[in-house]
Amino acid sequence: MLGPGARSGISALPEVAWRRHARPQQCPARGARAPGVAMTSELDIFVGNTTLIDEDVYRLWLDGYSVTDAVALRVRSGILEQTGATAAVLQSDTMDHYRTFHMLERLLHAPPKLLHQLIFQIPPSRQALLIERYYAFDEAFVREVLGKKLSKGTKKDLDDISTKTGITLKSCRRQFDNFKRVFKVVEEMRGSLVDNIQQHFLLSDRLARDYAAIVFFANNRFETGKKKLQYLSFGDFAFCAELMIQNWTLGAVDSQMDDMDMDLDKEFLQDLKELKVLVADKDLLDLHKSLVCTALRGKLGVFSEMEANFKNLSRGLVNVAAKLTHNKDVRDLFVDLVEKFVEPCRSDHWPLSDVRFFLNQYSASVHSLDGFRLVAQHVCLCPGVCPSHPPVSPPFPHSVRRPAER
Amino acid sequence: MPGKLKVKIVAGRHLPVMDRASDLTDAFVEVKFGNTTFKTDVYLKSLNPQWNSEWFKFEVDDEDLQDEPLQITVLDHDTYSANDAIGKVYIDIDPLLYSEAATVISGWFPIYDTIHGIRGEINVVVKVDLFNDLNRFRQSSCGVKFFCTTSIPKCYRAVIIHGFVEELVVNEDPEYQWIDRIRTPRASNEARQRLISLMSGELQRKIGLKVLEMRGNAVVGYLQCFDLEGESGLVVRAIGTACTLDKLSSPAAFLPACNSPSKEMKEIPFNEDPNPNTHSSGPSTPLKNQTYSFSPSKSYSRQSSSSDTDLSLTPKTGMGSGSAGKEGGPFKALLRQQTQSALEQREFPFFTLTAFPPGFLVHVGGVVSARSVKLLDRIHNPDEPETRDAWWAEIRQEIKSHAKALGCHAVVGYSESTSICEEVCILSASGTAAVLNPRFLQDGTVEGCLEQRLEENLPTRCGFCHIPYDELNMPFPAHLTYCYNCRKQKVPDVLFTTIDLPTDATVIGKGCLIQARLCRLKKKAQAEANATAISNLLPFMEYEVHTQLMNKLKLKGMNALFGLRIQITVGENMLMGLASATGVYLAALPTPGGIQIAGKTPNDGSYEQHISHMQKKINDTIAKNKELYEISPPEISEEIIGSPIPEPRQRSRLLRSQSESSDEVTELDLSHGKKDAFVLEIDDTDAMEDVHSLLTDVPPPSGFYSCNTEIMPGINNWTSEIQMFTSVRVIRLSSLNLTNQALNKNFNDLCENLLKSLYFKLRSMIPCCLCHVNFTVSLPEDELIQVTVTAVAITFDKNQALQTTKTHVEKSLQRASTDNEELLQFPLELCSDSLSSHPLPPAKEHLESASSNSGIPAAQRDRCSSWIELIKLKAQTIRRGSIKTTVTVEKASPVGDGNFRNRSAPPCANSTVGVVKMTPLSFIPGAKITKYLGIINMFFIRETTSLREEGGVSGFLHAFIAEVFAMVRAHVAALGGNAVVSYIMKQCVFMENPNKNQAQCLINVSGDAVVFVRESDLEVVSTQQPTANCQSSCTEGEVTT
Repeated sequence: MLGPGARSGISALPEVAWRRHARPQQCPARGARAPGVAMTSELDIFVGNTTLIDEDVYRLWLDGYSVTDAVALRVRSGILEQTGATAAVLQSDTMDHYRTFHMLERLLHAPPKLLHQLIFQIPPSRQALLIERYYAFDEAFVREVLGKKLSKGTKKDLDDISTKTGITLKSCRRQFDNFKRVFKVVEEMRGSLVDNIQQHFLLSDRLARDYAAIVFFANNRFETGKKKLQYLSFGDFAFCAELMIQNWTLGAVDSQMDDMDMDLDKEFLQDLKELKVLVADKDLLDLHKSLVCTALRGKLGVFSEMEANFKNLSRGLVNVAAKLTHNKDVRDLFVDLVEKFVEPCRSDHWPLSDVRFFLNQYSASVHSLDGFRLVAQHVCLCPGVCPSHPPVSPPFPHSVRRPAER
Repeated sequence: MPGKLKVKIVAGRHLPVMDRASDLTDAFVEVKFGNTTFKTDVYLKSLNPQWNSEWFKFEVDDEDLQDEPLQITVLDHDTYSANDAIGKVYIDIDPLLYSEAATVISGWFPIYDTIHGIRGEINVVVKVDLFNDLNRFRQSSCGVKFFCTTSIPKCYRAVIIHGFVEELVVNEDPEYQWIDRIRTPRASNEARQRLISLMSGELQRKIGLKVLEMRGNAVVGYLQCFDLEGESGLVVRAIGTACTLDKLSSPAAFLPACNSPSKEMKEIPFNEDPNPNTHSSGPSTPLKNQTYSFSPSKSYSRQSSSSDTDLSLTPKTGMGSGSAGKEGGPFKALLRQQTQSALEQREFPFFTLTAFPPGFLVHVGGVVSARSVKLLDRIHNPDEPETRDAWWAEIRQEIKSHAKALGCHAVVGYSESTSICEEVCILSASGTAAVLNPRFLQDGTVEGCLEQRLEENLPTRCGFCHIPYDELNMPFPAHLTYCYNCRKQKVPDVLFTTIDLPTDATVIGKGCLIQARLCRLKKKAQAEANATAISNLLPFMEYEVHTQLMNKLKLKGMNALFGLRIQITVGENMLMGLASATGVYLAALPTPGGIQIAGKTPNDGSYEQHISHMQKKINDTIAKNKELYEISPPEISEEIIGSPIPEPRQRSRLLRSQSESSDEVTELDLSHGKKDAFVLEIDDTDAMEDVHSLLTDVPPPSGFYSCNTEIMPGINNWTSEIQMFTSVRVIRLSSLNLTNQALNKNFNDLCENLLKSLYFKLRSMIPCCLCHVNFTVSLPEDELIQVTVTAVAITFDKNQALQTTKTHVEKSLQRASTDNEELLQFPLELCSDSLSSHPLPPAKEHLESASSNSGIPAAQRDRCSSWIELIKLKAQTIRRGSIKTTVTVEKASPVGDGNFRNRSAPPCANSTVGVVKMTPLSFIPGAKITKYLGIINMFFIRETTSLREEGGVSGFLHAFIAEVFAMVRAHVAALGGNAVVSYIMKQCVFMENPNKNQAQCLINVSGDAVVFVRESDLEVVSTQQPTANCQSSCTEGEVTT
């Protein structure tokens, strides 16, 4: 679920393809001048009426390489041979672009400004590219900070993240600052989170959704860094985030009231407590179980395991849901889900489709339970009765598949 | 009281934070014109203030209208301390003074501060009501149009070309006034900007008056320059060509190429015999003619008792009596309607034009130039600038006499320049001696003449190459042959000119940029000694530059240079010469001979071998170049041509150097004579270096061409992508025992590397041509060399086949760009429900101007040309959707409204900035200029005391130049234009003091603001108009929902 820019960039650009392996060496450009020539360049600029944007250099800049490193990398890409240029020319060109990007950066912090500023004449398609690439992020990086508080403290840890991921510190800072900036701008804003982000940062739909997920996670501080959760990709979390925004937030409940997409609806979480009856009331539990089993008999490959485990699974799910009134438990939502539901399924080697069937049936059956009308009404409003389990697709698509493949 | 200036301040945006506490600004605006000032209210606590002021009205003389700029100052209100200035906008209202140009100036202007650069933008509307004033003795010249373009502007027709106009005004430089010691840098910079703005307004007005006296209505080829003479003052001078222009109703009147039949030549009333005396002082090559008039006793020595009219401040009789006396000549001449060639009567039959109506140019003699070294003295009385006037008059006189020596009565492609270092100033003038068709210069005859000319469009296209001088009485040794085209007239073997290639000239192959570069060390000296040293060096520099040009031309296998511009720059300890021109192979001229190398020490075997090796290399290069530039002249056998001129052995021209003492000319004519081919003698290492440097010039990479003329000879199928750019480089020379040679090499490398960088940067545009490549050299400090290049890269189609598909792409691209314009002109405030705060009146004006102005296809095929646009529209619809649901739920509709307002918060989120093209050329490929909106002439100073923080010198200058471009574009857009043609950066003076972390830069740019329409869109315009209206009403509908 990475932005298109971020994803395609790594493979599409020959100049950057090796960036994970190669640590660039000192650039020879400066020393490449013919010996004996007694001059040094004091000033060297190129300003076009239409601002020239070199995509390759932009990527290098975004990736946080110094001019020297960028020149070395460009040399290695074979550009000199293609164009017959000299290293000095490349150095000057790179410097120029870096300077331009540096000047543009201030505007990129508020993309609408980039559109209205008069200093750089840039065609709209290029403006879009500049913005999109600037806000694109690395999967490895986002996984490290997802759900963390976007504070100074986290920023201090960026060195470690940089070492761990191999992404330059500069690039880490840019990505972190982007997250933080978007967060700050949309934090107090009403209306659809994705729309707000799109409006204020002019991102593509895809990237805006990703940012919505990041902002949502950062706001609710969901724990994603635990070892147990390492196998989940950013895409998995973003998927969950989207559903939670749709179904669990204030905005989801009441579109004309304070529609805040950032915060979970407290009332809804309170209501979830009532689900406890599903496991506390023995009769109800049995009824629920029989309803699910009847519906799924013959359709599930792991039917017997399901039947045997129903009580545990149901208890797990309901307990997770009922605890959500506490902030601490909200943060641990994903850890709990994995522990209480995903792992049992995984140990029984449930295939993905079975998980989906089960969850669908599990939530659908609740509606037909007697004495559950009140809650059921609420459930209708919020189809994902189980945390992050929508009727059609289960959470963590990969998580369940993987054990099955094993 | 013949004019009323009306100004309205609408809004500001992106203002800087002036109050740290609140992170906001309490901005208000002062509008000043002349001595009257108005203020807007303070708009509290906003970075996007909406002043929406009343109309401020200034009742002023039209003289003031022309001289004064409108000065808009944005300030931050401070209750307790002095108000802080945020920045200023100077608006030249001149374009509003002619009837056909802009009617309103309205738009967003960058707010500029000389210390901080651009700080936000302000939306201003300016109008002028002019009352007719029939006062004969008026001092204003409202209505005279000015064009920087050095040809007849595209949508006009020249009725009469009157001739040369010049003027200069001087003043003290505020930077050097005593008050500067106590005021802030900002105040001093602003004083300077304002003064120069005033002076150029005054200059333009005075020139306008001269034009009116000559009964013209326009100045074409207007070139205005500043001489920052430091202590001695500030000179603003301008030259131009007065014309009477007629607006063309139908396009394409000048397209047909016609030329002067050779017999025309005889009809021309030749001038009195070229005075041998005048020309003897004009040292000569066939192509060039220069003098250096510097004799210590004459020009500068303050103490020498010998007269010194030049320096003396008392007006000389005759010429010296200030410029006012000068134009009397031509003016009277016209009045008297002399039947003689009008040119004869003029003091200076000069034309700043470089391209001419067909039939205007009869013959071209060659380049004439003159330089003079002067010592600057304080200008004591700004109202009487006669010293500078006399200097220029002297130089022009010299040019005129050189032209006469070449048998020509006029000088075309004329330009003037200066180079100043401390108190020494080199004045230079150059042009191309030519014979013109006199009928263009008189009233009433042109039209008939033109028509006649169009009819007798003869097949020969070689007229202008034919020699204007008498072959038996040649002013200099030259090698003449019969014209290779018509075989009737004589032509020289090489032709150098400062003009553009005439459209009807037959050229074989393509052209290329040819540069001669040269440095000469000079001892540091004071005043007179310095001036003497410089004037002694000058002839040798000219000579060498000329030799280099000739050699390089031969090496390219070409025989003519166009657009030649030789710049000599003086520095503390060196002189730099840089000549740029476009080489071509003219079909009418003979094939150039090769270059032969001769060694001085013939008996040394290895040396011989080396020589022959070099020779081979040279021959290979010539062959390669011929192939590269597609030069394959048809073979012509000698007999057809006829024997060469019956003169005893031709000396294959090589030039001369000379000092002004005339007799030496022949002696100095380095006797390469007696040899048929062009011979280079290698007698020392210097010469060796020269040959090497010849061969080190690398041709541009394939797909690239370059030239310094308007268009590249041999390329016609231009596509519409253009990229104008400015590149600046400064190198520091290590001061350790520099030799001329090392210096030359450094300079050469600097220029070559710069070109290479340009080719690399623009590689995505291949195939393309760098046109109008304009190099400027300056020596800001002892060891610094600064080279500034402005040029435009234009793409072209390599093969016709590709063309169709490409133009499609172009069309759609172009569409996108007009759409953007649209967006600018009709701010699509889809969601602006806050109508009250929205500046409606200006928006209306936008509409009006858009529809009346331009005929720009005022529509918007696909508004969502960019996906950013798309996103925004989408966001709008989504939002609207959600509101609808609100309504159906029938809940809290007021809240819904609130939401709506809130969401649509960013007030200007929907307008994109319109594209303004800039080009140094007089045209825009693939487009038609429909209207000239007026001249753009802007002067900016930028200073910093935090150089390191702004990214060092490069960061500082880069940002500044980008800002200058932005301000030019904003002014053009506000005039309702979408391009600047004939753009030129006349000055870029950069000074740094890294130790103090300071730098300062002055930039002067000019050009013509125009409205252009894509040729591809021309047909559709009419059909689109209705759609446009419909669209705009739709927009409005949306606004009101």
